[in-house]
Amino acid sequence: MQTTTLLARSRVQSILRGDSIQRLLALGALLLLLAFFSAVVPHFASTNNYIDILTATAVNGVLATGVTFVIITGGIDLSVGTGMTFTSVVMGIVAVNLGLPLPLGLLAALAAGALVGSINGALIAKAKLPPFIATLGMLYVTLGMAQVISDVHPIYFDQQPAFQGFFMSKPIVGIPNIVWVMLGGAAIAWILLNKTILGRYTFALGSNEEATRLSGVNVDRWKIIIYAVDGLFIGLAGIVIASRMNSAQPGLGMGYELDAIAAAVIGGTSLSGGEGSVVGTIIGAFLISTLRIGLSVAGIPDQWKSVITGLVVIGAVWLDILRRRSRA
Amino acid sequence: MSELLVEMTGISKSFPGVLALEDARFDLLPGEVHALVGENGAGKSTLMKILAGIYKRDAGSIQIKGRDEEVPSPHAAQSLGISIIHQELNLMYHLTVAQNIFIGREPRRGFLLDERALNAKAQQLFDDLHLNLDPRTRVGSLAVAQQQMVEIAKALSYNSAVLIMDEPTAALTDTEIEELFRIIRHLRDQGKGIVHISHRLEELKQISNRITVMRDGRYIATVNTAEAEIQQIISMMVGRTVFEATPELPEKRDPTVVLEVKGLNRGRQVQDISFQLHRGEILGIAGLVGAGRTEVMRAIFAADRPESGEITINGKPAAIRSPSDAVRHGIAYLSEDRKRYGLALGMDVEVNTVLASLRRFANSFGWIRTGATRKTALEHVQALAIKTPGIAQRVKNLSGGNQQKVVLAKWLTADTDVLIFDEPTRGIDVGAKSEIYRLLNDLAKQGKSIIMISSELPEVLRMSHRILVMCEGRITGELSAAEATQERIMTLATQRESVAAA
Repeated sequence: MQTTTLLARSRVQSILRGDSIQRLLALGALLLLLAFFSAVVPHFASTNNYIDILTATAVNGVLATGVTFVIITGGIDLSVGTGMTFTSVVMGIVAVNLGLPLPLGLLAALAAGALVGSINGALIAKAKLPPFIATLGMLYVTLGMAQVISDVHPIYFDQQPAFQGFFMSKPIVGIPNIVWVMLGGAAIAWILLNKTILGRYTFALGSNEEATRLSGVNVDRWKIIIYAVDGLFIGLAGIVIASRMNSAQPGLGMGYELDAIAAAVIGGTSLSGGEGSVVGTIIGAFLISTLRIGLSVAGIPDQWKSVITGLVVIGAVWLDILRRRSRA
Repeated sequence: MSELLVEMTGISKSFPGVLALEDARFDLLPGEVHALVGENGAGKSTLMKILAGIYKRDAGSIQIKGRDEEVPSPHAAQSLGISIIHQELNLMYHLTVAQNIFIGREPRRGFLLDERALNAKAQQLFDDLHLNLDPRTRVGSLAVAQQQMVEIAKALSYNSAVLIMDEPTAALTDTEIEELFRIIRHLRDQGKGIVHISHRLEELKQISNRITVMRDGRYIATVNTAEAEIQQIISMMVGRTVFEATPELPEKRDPTVVLEVKGLNRGRQVQDISFQLHRGEILGIAGLVGAGRTEVMRAIFAADRPESGEITINGKPAAIRSPSDAVRHGIAYLSEDRKRYGLALGMDVEVNTVLASLRRFANSFGWIRTGATRKTALEHVQALAIKTPGIAQRVKNLSGGNQQKVVLAKWLTADTDVLIFDEPTRGIDVGAKSEIYRLLNDLAKQGKSIIMISSELPEVLRMSHRILVMCEGRITGELSAAEATQERIMTLATQRESVAAA
């Protein structure tokens, strides 16, 4: 009897202590922000506007989901934004320039993303480059390659009407399919992180890489796999952004990596590794786009939107540090 | 012969610049607890890490159950039935107890992890060991002793025939040690072979069947515990190679107390520490690794804030809340890890020399008077005989001994009265060592007060006017230079709480 209550209490404590608090905080902040904008900003509270927010979150949500994996390992990926551009250009070349069927284009985007991720992973695990440097290099390489293979021309998907037709159509409660793609991707990521051996090693690596190695886990191999999974999400983001714009824009991509990292961090993923969650990341991504759209509906100029977004990132992480310190 | 679980013979191993093991040997019978003892750096951990596949041996052979084996990796060791519990905890703090124990061997249902089976397996393991742990608790929220139990449970979960424990009791309380010994006896009775590395000799009397003594990377002797006396083991540990050179120390002490510490506490490593430091004195702090010597000094320096305690400097109470307060009060701390905490490696000798007292070299606009810094750096290079092509040389290109001298130059420039040296000669060759010794002596003669932590007993004996010995966060004794011997220090350094002297 006593032990069961003790167990229950320790369960409650572990929930209170765990990163679920940060997720709850982020969710609370998101709801508060939505309520605030709805109350204060005229025209904010409309179904169309809410759907705009959802749609605007799709690209960042997918990228942030991917980068969450590598941040939990204690790594970082700066190449997700330009990597995404690269994968969308690869898809354009396969599906438009070569005129191959659309599904092959989609597969090509995913494969290109997995390739970028695997190279990052190999540089980090085998060549022992710091993740920051390896992926910074890959940021430039993918940006350049996207322009090389497209000859710096945007590729339009007008010949493939089914592409935007599918991804941007709104068959379920008026929400475009790219939002469902993002949520589906997040669901898969959640399963990978919480229910599979891949997720277990992701957390183990970020928590104590040496201990993981000494436990007989092939750390290098799993690192490459984790970066490759991140790469698959980069490819998925390439598909999503191309369908939003109905084109592959080779000049795009810089800056998206920072939004993705910000979303993960706001959602409680620790840059020192070992902690993080997909749910938190998706909430973080929503928070960023709610803030951006709310501020622009309110007529706040772009430059101030950046300032405020920056302050939110700093504030979120600072609150998290305060919370941990009070707990320790 | 074939009844031996493990037989290691002729094992040698060198690391860059150090011969860690030379013709070492060790054997282990089924159903015994075999203790491995020796001073810090005697090679115990290295020998066992070779058995556990963490290091590769340079020479020698390993037989497991009568068969020659290579043991190239930790994984290979595991499959040969050898598990090791490391001195430092190797846990993933963000994962749960069960997840930690079965990392790399997770039960699965197809693609998915079977968390229920995982927790059940862990629970089964705890039931077998009569351990009271919830498999679902995050390891990070456990106390250190419980984390140690998780490590032990993890090692046992491999169902190994050979279990190596490298100082498993260092962080445990008496009741927890009892618990651990109960488990060890249980495993011994099941016919497993257990290697127990420990500094606590009384403890080994209780638990072990045989004791092997190592010294300076060599095998010294193996004795049956029942027939061994603790004093006999200690003298085998320290050997007959007592440092002969008696220090030329002034026996009349300056009675001025420069630094007084009263009732300093911080966690388990710093317990009720009180002592005085006199002007012109070299106070040696002896003890085994983990005795809390560094922790005490860090607490005095406020690198870690103490929980309680008073510090008096020159008779006046000093409120030291941060290292910069400590420096202002005239205390310098020279870390054992000079590369990490003592030097700006990428910068030159000149910059490092003035780094702790830059303000003195700057005018009111913050402009650094380079003429003065250059002069000071050159003076110290000469005075300390730092071997460097010039003061513009980057510190990382200097040898260990000369790097240590640059750290010293930095604190001499800062002109502090109290200098705390933490392992001042670690990683330094013999020639440079004697120079450091000479410098310490000179400084003391000039009226500086010096605290020197050292794990090398000959060094402590040679250098100190007075020696404090620590064990498990407490000061277990004080010896004057005249009465100190290696045996006496070792006896105090292994003295556990029950028999602690004032």
